[in-house]
Amino acid sequence: MDRDQMNPIRDQPPNLRSMNPLCYQFMAEDALLGMGMQQQQLPSASIRHMDWSPDTMLGNLTFIEEKIRQVKDVIHAMAGRSSATQGELAAQQQQQLVNADLTCLIVQLISTAGSLLPSLKNSSFLSGAPPAAGTGQAVSLAGESSSSVRNGVSKEGDMGSPDYEELFKGWTNGAMEECIGGGGVIAGEEQDAMLDAFGVDGETPLPPPPESYQVLQLEEDEILAPHTHFCSICGKGFKRDANLRMHMRGHGDEYKSAAALAKPPPSADAGEEQERRYSCPFAGCKRNRLHKSFLPLKTILCVKNHYKRSHCEKRHTCGRCGAKKFSVMADLKTHEKHCGRNRWLCSCGTSFSRKDKLFAHVALFQGHTPALPPPPTSTATQAADDPATTARASAPSSGHQQEPAGAASFMWGTSSCHGDDAFLDVKDIGGGDGDGFFSAANLGSIDFGFGHLDAFAVDHSLAMLLPSEQFTNAQESEER
Amino acid sequence: MATPTQHHKRRRLSPLLHDLADELLFVILDRVAADDPRALKSFALASRACHAAEARHRRLLRAFRADLLPAALARYSAVSRLDLSLCPRVTDAALAALSTAPSVSAVDLSRSRGFGAAGLAALVAACPNLTDLDLSNGLDFTDAGAAEVAKARRLQRLSLSRCKQLTDMGLGCIAVGCPDLRELSLKWCIGVTHMGLDLLALKCKKLKILDLSYTMEEKIAVQIVKNCFPAIMKLQNLEVLILVGCNGIDDDALTSLDQECSKSLQVLDMSNSYNVTHVGVLSVVNAMPNLLELNLSYCCPVTPSMSSSFKMIHKLQTLKLDGCQFMADGLKSIGKSCVSLRELSLSKCSGVTDTDLSFAVSRLKNLLKLDITCCRKITDVSLAAITSSCPSLISLRMESCSLVSSVGLQLIGKRCSHLEELDLTDNDLDDEGLKALSGCRKLSSLKIGICLRISDEGLSHISKSCSDLREIDLYRCGGISDEGVTHIAQGCPMLESINLSYCTKLTDHSLRSLSKCIKLNTLEIRGCPMVSSAGLSEIATGCRLLSKLDIKKCFEINDLGMIFLSQFSHSLRQINLSYCSVSDIGLISLSSICGLQNMTIVHLAGVTPNGLIAALMVCGLRKVKLHEAFKSMVPLHMVKVVEARGCVFQWINKPYQVALQPCDLWKQQSQDLLVQ
Repeated sequence: MDRDQMNPIRDQPPNLRSMNPLCYQFMAEDALLGMGMQQQQLPSASIRHMDWSPDTMLGNLTFIEEKIRQVKDVIHAMAGRSSATQGELAAQQQQQLVNADLTCLIVQLISTAGSLLPSLKNSSFLSGAPPAAGTGQAVSLAGESSSSVRNGVSKEGDMGSPDYEELFKGWTNGAMEECIGGGGVIAGEEQDAMLDAFGVDGETPLPPPPESYQVLQLEEDEILAPHTHFCSICGKGFKRDANLRMHMRGHGDEYKSAAALAKPPPSADAGEEQERRYSCPFAGCKRNRLHKSFLPLKTILCVKNHYKRSHCEKRHTCGRCGAKKFSVMADLKTHEKHCGRNRWLCSCGTSFSRKDKLFAHVALFQGHTPALPPPPTSTATQAADDPATTARASAPSSGHQQEPAGAASFMWGTSSCHGDDAFLDVKDIGGGDGDGFFSAANLGSIDFGFGHLDAFAVDHSLAMLLPSEQFTNAQESEER
Repeated sequence: MATPTQHHKRRRLSPLLHDLADELLFVILDRVAADDPRALKSFALASRACHAAEARHRRLLRAFRADLLPAALARYSAVSRLDLSLCPRVTDAALAALSTAPSVSAVDLSRSRGFGAAGLAALVAACPNLTDLDLSNGLDFTDAGAAEVAKARRLQRLSLSRCKQLTDMGLGCIAVGCPDLRELSLKWCIGVTHMGLDLLALKCKKLKILDLSYTMEEKIAVQIVKNCFPAIMKLQNLEVLILVGCNGIDDDALTSLDQECSKSLQVLDMSNSYNVTHVGVLSVVNAMPNLLELNLSYCCPVTPSMSSSFKMIHKLQTLKLDGCQFMADGLKSIGKSCVSLRELSLSKCSGVTDTDLSFAVSRLKNLLKLDITCCRKITDVSLAAITSSCPSLISLRMESCSLVSSVGLQLIGKRCSHLEELDLTDNDLDDEGLKALSGCRKLSSLKIGICLRISDEGLSHISKSCSDLREIDLYRCGGISDEGVTHIAQGCPMLESINLSYCTKLTDHSLRSLSKCIKLNTLEIRGCPMVSSAGLSEIATGCRLLSKLDIKKCFEINDLGMIFLSQFSHSLRQINLSYCSVSDIGLISLSSICGLQNMTIVHLAGVTPNGLIAALMVCGLRKVKLHEAFKSMVPLHMVKVVEARGCVFQWINKPYQVALQPCDLWKQQSQDLLVQ
């Protein structure tokens, strides 16, 4: 709850959020799948400055901060252990780990800074040369980046670990081509670091799983990283490489060719590879490979969604009902489509989009009952209740009750004209066959009631104008 | 009251009463009340002890004003039934003010408006032992209200007739919340669909009586009939199922019932379900062999095969085929197949002939009630057969059997001496026939309106022998005069209802003699121009239970009569004042009658809009009929105020017509209309 309030973007109404382009990074990939041309819809030059959002930036910086802290911890540990005699191999591994983390940091930093740029075309901030002049450089850079790591991997396949390569294949399977940083940044040593991060130990055969697939495990950082594709020129991060390709068009005409815009062909040896399955890094989770009855996840996307749904806080609250919380943005979007509309509630709190489903549910479970949505006029009924209690409190003294404030339109009709009948009714109320209580006095009081029709007759004045004996009689009978 | 002196005083006042056990006292009070309902009032006013005893004895509380309920409930602690039908408006606040009343088990809100879910919640909370609840005509009743009603877990009988806003959600709440429900009326609940009914059938297994009339209209009923009809039919304890006007039920739905229908069903009413044919009836008959009563009025033509299929229902006692067309020999086969029949209703049937009816009744020896209203083809032959083969008839209704002669009608009195209810309206009855009827000593209801040939002499025969007569209808019997009415009034002290409309010869003398019938509650003297306020004052002072009064076109009745009514007739519920000489004063004095519900005030020359609205402001009417001309004369905001208090306005636009037609001319004209 508290954290929700701290994060302003979640408090925005949904429609506003969907208008803000930057918010797309809070959406899961599957939500974006259907909008491959998302980047196209944004006139990049004119709206670029609007891309900048403090919340996003804050999130990115927090991520970077945490990462730095982690690296610091590792280095601290290394410094502490340097005195002690250690295996050469372990020290090297740690070094690789630090390198990998630093690479990740740099990439994130560039991506964050890239989104800061108001417009790439108008500033020579990053490249140091106007894009028109520096096309050649850009081409060379982009060539590396667009050829992607996969080329590098396939080239370096023998020297790097096969797992790393497989991992990337898996990411392509997940319709989400990983492209960390510019191609030039990633070096062979970094690959080793990645290898560690992804847990090569996973190779050891697990107790139950069939040998038909390999199990890989991503770390939390990778799962939660906001971007996976980065522009090699400006460093801007993207979730999907299609978006990156669209973005690249802004860097020069050479990126606009059909070849550059085409989806990179799947690697030839994809079919021969063993199938990949993924493990959740959360210890004790059923999707964790160490779990007794391990159930692997099929794709990276599944990992991401599973991890967010199961092990992350549900940060996205539905603005309409305020009750439902989600950790995956797409889930919230799906919910909001139906929230408030066609809500069929059960007393147990379960809600259904269809009435027949609700009734089937109610029929199935003992004691469950259809629940009505809270009435919009709940305050009105409360208001009607309160005067009722006050009227009851004042009733013994004044001799008859007032109508509630909510019924003011007919209040004077009743209280002024029927004021005297009230006393008579106390006696007559039972049989309705009373006699002897009607007299000229009664008729007279009717005239009175009508005479004061326009002015509200106050209870006490009415009581005083009544024939005194009748009034006392009535009070007596009421007391009895 | 706790002080010793007061206690002593109380003992001194009524030592006998104090020693009497409450049970014995209550038996005495019951007997006294049966004799004269007003006696309890006098008893309660005799002393404090009597007052307390009467308060303990009272079981039914019929309130005039809902806001005084807390005081009334505090006094009458043993009340079990709370009837609010005289309160046109019951507000949420009035119900919220109720303190806990564990003795109350039945509440009637059927004619009240103005309360919502909050009020119902308070009511249910205040009455933990509520078993009966009548919320009929609750046009404002919503699902939220139903959800509150569902909290009354002991509810056994619930009526939601005409709660048109109720949907499946509300019904679902009730079905889950009230598992003990035995009787439920969902008549005209057009918002309910198969899902709610399905859930009801699943959750309320104890249902005995279920009324689903008019819920299954043709267009929307496909789902209901297909999905939940079988489920309802399978309810194990269902005894009465009423499906009036369910056009959605057709032969397909009924044929699917075959073997899976509850065997407990005893009464089935499918009148006005015109999509049912003999095929569907056949499957009903096959599926429900234990039926006692079957109502197929206005459904389908009766064929011989259909009638003969009734023999599958061995125990059938009541068969209603009103408005059906009888095919050749259809009626004969009923005679063959339904031997155990006690009640047969053939009113407005076409194709009922002498031969068929004679044959049928000759086989139906157990027949107790027969309705052959408007069977215009039958003659004395049928009547001879009826009277000879069914001498034990209790009820015979044969209005407008125009071919039956006066000689034939004499047979009724001669042979059917057990008759309690007889309707001979618009027949050729004469004094001889009435003389013969004097043999029916148990007669309690006699309707002989539009029998122009009867006279005072005939009525004297009736009055001499039928001392049990409760209801007599002498509508447009132009031949009778004060003498005849006096005979009736003297001979029938139990008389509760009399209709003397358009008996133009009557004067105040008739009313004076009728005022001796202290049980009289309904008096219709419409179109008796010689009756005046003097006569009405006699009625007002004599007949204190008068609740329904029609004095339309009694031109002589003026404000004086109204003042007498307002002073003495505190039971008055309904009055028709049209064409009277009543002015504002009369109206305003009338409005002091608390329980007055309905008022018809059309063509009253002496009434001004101001006087009218003054009267309406004072009395808590439920319905008032006014001439349309008043609509523009009465201030709109006044109308709104009166409406807000629960009153419904009905604007009449009829021409002013003073002249009274002689009865014979009127009858001739109406017959001419019929021929056309």
